[in-house]
Amino acid sequence: MDEQEKALTGEIKMRKLKDFSDGNPTTRNILNVSSIFVGVLVWFLITLIPSINTFLASPQQVISALGQEVQAGRYFKDIWASLQRVLVGFIVALACAIPVSFLMGWYPKVRALIDPWIQFFRTIPPIALIPLVILAMGLSEMAKYTIIFIAVFLVSVVTIYQGIREVDKTLVKAAYTFGARDINIFLSVMIPAAFPFILVAARLGIATALTTLIASEMTGATYGLGARITSAQQFMNVSVVLLGIITIGIIGFILDRVLLFVEKKLTKWK
Amino acid sequence: MEKEKDKTVTQSKPLIRVKNVNKTYKVVGGNDVIALNDVSLDIYPNEFICVVGPSGCGKTTLLNIIAGLEPHDTGEVTIDEHPVIGPGPDRGVIFQQYALFPWMTVRKNIEFGMKFKKVWHDVMVVDKKTGETHMERRYEHMTPAEKHALADKYIKMVNLEGFENSFPKELSGGMKQRVAIARGYAVAPEVLLLDEPFGALDAQTRAQLQEDLLKTWETERKTCFFITHDVEEAVLLATRVVIMSARPGKVHEIVDIDLPYPRNQATKMEPHFLELKNKIWDTVYRMYLEVRK
Ligand SMILES: Nc1ncnc2c1ncn2[C@@H]1O[C@H](COP(=O)(O)OP(=O)(O)O)[C@@H](O)[C@H]1O
Ligand SMILES: [Mg+2]
Repeated sequence: MDEQEKALTGEIKMRKLKDFSDGNPTTRNILNVSSIFVGVLVWFLITLIPSINTFLASPQQVISALGQEVQAGRYFKDIWASLQRVLVGFIVALACAIPVSFLMGWYPKVRALIDPWIQFFRTIPPIALIPLVILAMGLSEMAKYTIIFIAVFLVSVVTIYQGIREVDKTLVKAAYTFGARDINIFLSVMIPAAFPFILVAARLGIATALTTLIASEMTGATYGLGARITSAQQFMNVSVVLLGIITIGIIGFILDRVLLFVEKKLTKWK
Repeated sequence: MEKEKDKTVTQSKPLIRVKNVNKTYKVVGGNDVIALNDVSLDIYPNEFICVVGPSGCGKTTLLNIIAGLEPHDTGEVTIDEHPVIGPGPDRGVIFQQYALFPWMTVRKNIEFGMKFKKVWHDVMVVDKKTGETHMERRYEHMTPAEKHALADKYIKMVNLEGFENSFPKELSGGMKQRVAIARGYAVAPEVLLLDEPFGALDAQTRAQLQEDLLKTWETERKTCFFITHDVEEAVLLATRVVIMSARPGKVHEIVDIDLPYPRNQATKMEPHFLELKNKIWDTVYRMYLEVRK
C-alpha cells in the first residue's frame, strides 16, 4: 500500500489545516454548555474555601439571595427600573445618533463642526460626568437617562458614521448615472447601505447602556440593579452584589440575542 | 427605440464629441498627475468603440468625464450637441465591480435603473365640464407594470430567468455582470459606457459574455464605449479601436476594425483578425516598454 492509499483509508492521518470556521455545531453546543457547567462548578468549589467565601458568595447563597429579593418585592422592581432606564436612554440616543451621523456623512461642514466634540467626549468615561449631571439635574430620573444617553449616543454616532463613510461609492455613482438626484441617493442608497451599521450600532449601544447602568444609578436611586449592587456593597452583602451582576448579564444576553435576531431577519441580503 | 436605425456610420453626426480635453489630478503633497492631455474623439451612433492602452493612461478618467461623473479642466464634451454637465440616463455606465445594490434582488436592481427615467405616455383625459374624452401625451415616470415588463425582457436577454429574486451575493461574477448589463440596457441609454466590464472574470465566462454582448449589439446596434486591457477582446468587439498612450494620457492611434459582423469566438482564428490584433498589440507593447524606461 502506498502512502496515498493509507491516507485515504485513514491509516495515515491527513494533516488538518486551520480554516478558522466555527467547527462542528454539536461540538460547539456541547462545549458551550459544559463550559458554563464547569464554571459554575468551579465557582461552587472555590467558595467552599472560607477565606474566599468572605468576598465571593457561593451559588447557593446567590439563589437564596434571589429568593429574599423576590420575597421583599425588590427584585422585579429593580429589574423594571433599570430596564426602563436602559431602554429609554438607548432608544433616545440611537434615535438622535442616526440623523446626526447621516448629517455628518452627508455634509462635510457639519462633519467639521461636530467631529472635534465627538472625538473629545469619546474618551471621557461617563462616570466622570456624574458630578456635573447631578449638579445640573439633581437626583432625578432624567439624570440617569442622560448618563446612558451620552454613552450610547457617542458609541452609536461613531459606528454609524464610520459605516456611512464606507458605503461603496460605485453604488452612488451608479445611481447618479440612472438620473438620481441627491435626495434619491440619500434615501435609496445611503440609508439602505448604512442600515447594517445602524444594527451594529444598536448592539454596541445596548451593551454600552448596560455597562453605564451602574454609573447612571450612582446618581441616587431607590430601585435599580445598579443601585442595589452599590448599596449591597456598602453592607458587605456579596450575594446580592453577585445576584445583581448576574441579572444584568442575563438581561444583556437576552437583549443582544433579540437584536441579533432582528439583524438576521432584516439583512438577509448580507 | 422602435424607430428605424441609421446603420451607416460615416455620414451621421457624432453622438459624443470629445474635443481637446485636458484633465489634471491635483495631488496633495505630490506631483500633479496629467491624466488626459488634449484628448479628442468623436463617437458616432451605432459604433462599438474599444479603448486599449497601458494601465494609468487615463481610460477610466475619459469614461468618467463622458459619463459626467467627473469634471474636466479644459476642452469640450458633448452628447447630441449638448454639453455634458453631469450624469444622466442617456449614458449608461457598466462598472468592472458590477455596482449592484446588494440589498436588492436581481429584478429590483434592474427596475431601480428605470426608477428616475421618464417616458411618453398616452393618457385618456376626461373633460370635467363636457364629459368628453381626448388623448394626451404626457412625459412621466414609468409605471410599475412597464418596469416589470422591461425587466423581464432584459432578464431573458441575459439568460437569468429563474434568478429574478436572487440577491447579488448568491450570483457568480459572470451572472452579476449580466445583471448589470441587463440593467444598463433596460434604461435604454443612447450609449453604454463600459469600464473593463469583463476584467474580473475567468476566461470561459469572459468568452461567453463577449459573445452575448456581440449578439446584443448586432441586433440593437447600441453605441458602446468599451474599455479593456485585452487587445484580443477589443478587436473581437469593436468597429474602431482607440489606442491610448500613457504619461500623459493621449489618443495615440485609432484603428478601424473592418471585420464583418456577425462575429464570434471563431473570428479570433481568421488571418485578418490576427493581423489586426498583432498590429495593435505591438503598438501597445511598445508603449508599455516606453513607460517602463
Ligand atoms: N482621483 C485621483 N487622484 C489622483 N490621481 C488619479 C485619480 N484618479 C486617477 N488618477 C491618476 O490618473 C491617471 C489615469 O488614471 P485612470 O484613468 O484610472 O487610468 P486607467 O483607467 O487607464 O488605468 C493614473 O496615473 C492615475 O494614477
Ligand atoms: Mg481603469
